Amino acid sequence: MNTEIDTSQLVVKIFEILESVKDPEIPVISIRELGILQQVKIAGATVKVGIIPTYSGCPAMFVITEDIINTLYNNGFNDVKVELLNEPVWNTEMISDSGKKAMKAYGIAPPLSFNEKIISCPQCGSTDTTCISQFGSTACKALYRCENCLEPFDYFKCHA
Amino acid sequence: MEPALYQYLLRLADSSLTMGQRLAEWCGHGPYLEEDVALTNVSLDLIGHAQMFYQIAVEVSGEHKTPDDLAFLRDAHEFRNPLLTELPKGDFAYTTLKQYFVDVFNLHLYQALSKSKHQPLAQAAKKALMEVKYHLTRSQAWCERLSLSTDEAKQRMQQAFDDLWFYTPELFETDEAMLQLADQGLIADYSVLQSYWQQQVSDLISKCQLVVPQSGWLATGGLQGEHSEHLGYMLAEMQFLQRAYPGCEW
Ligand SMILES: [Zn+2]
Repeated sequence: MNTEIDTSQLVVKIFEILESVKDPEIPVISIRELGILQQVKIAGATVKVGIIPTYSGCPAMFVITEDIINTLYNNGFNDVKVELLNEPVWNTEMISDSGKKAMKAYGIAPPLSFNEKIISCPQCGSTDTTCISQFGSTACKALYRCENCLEPFDYFKCHA
Repeated sequence: MEPALYQYLLRLADSSLTMGQRLAEWCGHGPYLEEDVALTNVSLDLIGHAQMFYQIAVEVSGEHKTPDDLAFLRDAHEFRNPLLTELPKGDFAYTTLKQYFVDVFNLHLYQALSKSKHQPLAQAAKKALMEVKYHLTRSQAWCERLSLSTDEAKQRMQQAFDDLWFYTPELFETDEAMLQLADQGLIADYSVLQSYWQQQVSDLISKCQLVVPQSGWLATGGLQGEHSEHLGYMLAEMQFLQRAYPGCEW
């Protein structure tokens, strides 16, 4: 029996299981799509999951860690270690295209670039929008208002 | 244990922690809801930066301590932040201008530190830098808005400027140990930081039509652990739980 193949299959399986762990603040996006989930390693009987924080003060990291442990426990893995990695440094480029789509459908304008001034409304698509606050419901988002449909919305700020 | 680097990391961490704690005092007291949320979000970022720097300090020290031990179990004379960051929150103009001074400083500081030869410090600086850019965009916009607004807003901005200006040179104070760290490529060259800072801040001063005060008492002492009485009160509140219930977790 080739244990190396077994291990790599196991890693793939764990990634699949962890697809159900969503960001607590944006529950339509998995932590993999957001770029938080970086690695899964098998060390003996231990599953080591490496994650990186989006924002350095992000309070969701504690919840995410617990969600990972609980999800894997419910799938038969009871020896799980979640490690907070220093590298790579998270940036918004790490958000997958499917993640950005899901974000938009959820009503959050996905990140563009730091100097981007034209943010389109995720509801009606209008570019006639105004920044109300640089910091919205969480540090990673800014608050905007659409001048066309008059809906307020979050913009996921660019970090690169 | 590298004592010089350890002390320097404490300076970084203590500065971010005291700034973050002061901003947290605005929670529920911001001028309006969105701004209240912004102030506390910036606070959270700064406390996150403090945590990263304390973590590196712990690793450098090789002692069995945690970032929480460094934040909650040291007394005022062991803190290394400049006096500017421990000043009370004051009014909104005072908080905003103090934040602006520190944001400009942090921008250039973390740009330089992201090239540090101490890899963990370089990584932490890169991370902090992304967030500081947004802090600065916000604090600068508010400085301009307040300075070019009503007479009362202008007067309060000028008052804040008069009160804070002579605390800013301490941001760039260095000692022999820091100069050696800079020579080794581990930390920033503070004289270079100071020239960048002065350039950028003088642009804002002219844009906002602020009048530079002519003379005043120059703050100093933070680097040696000699602080104003404000820090003691801040720590009394911030550290209360760990002092009253040692090792308490939740
Ligand atoms: Zn709209």
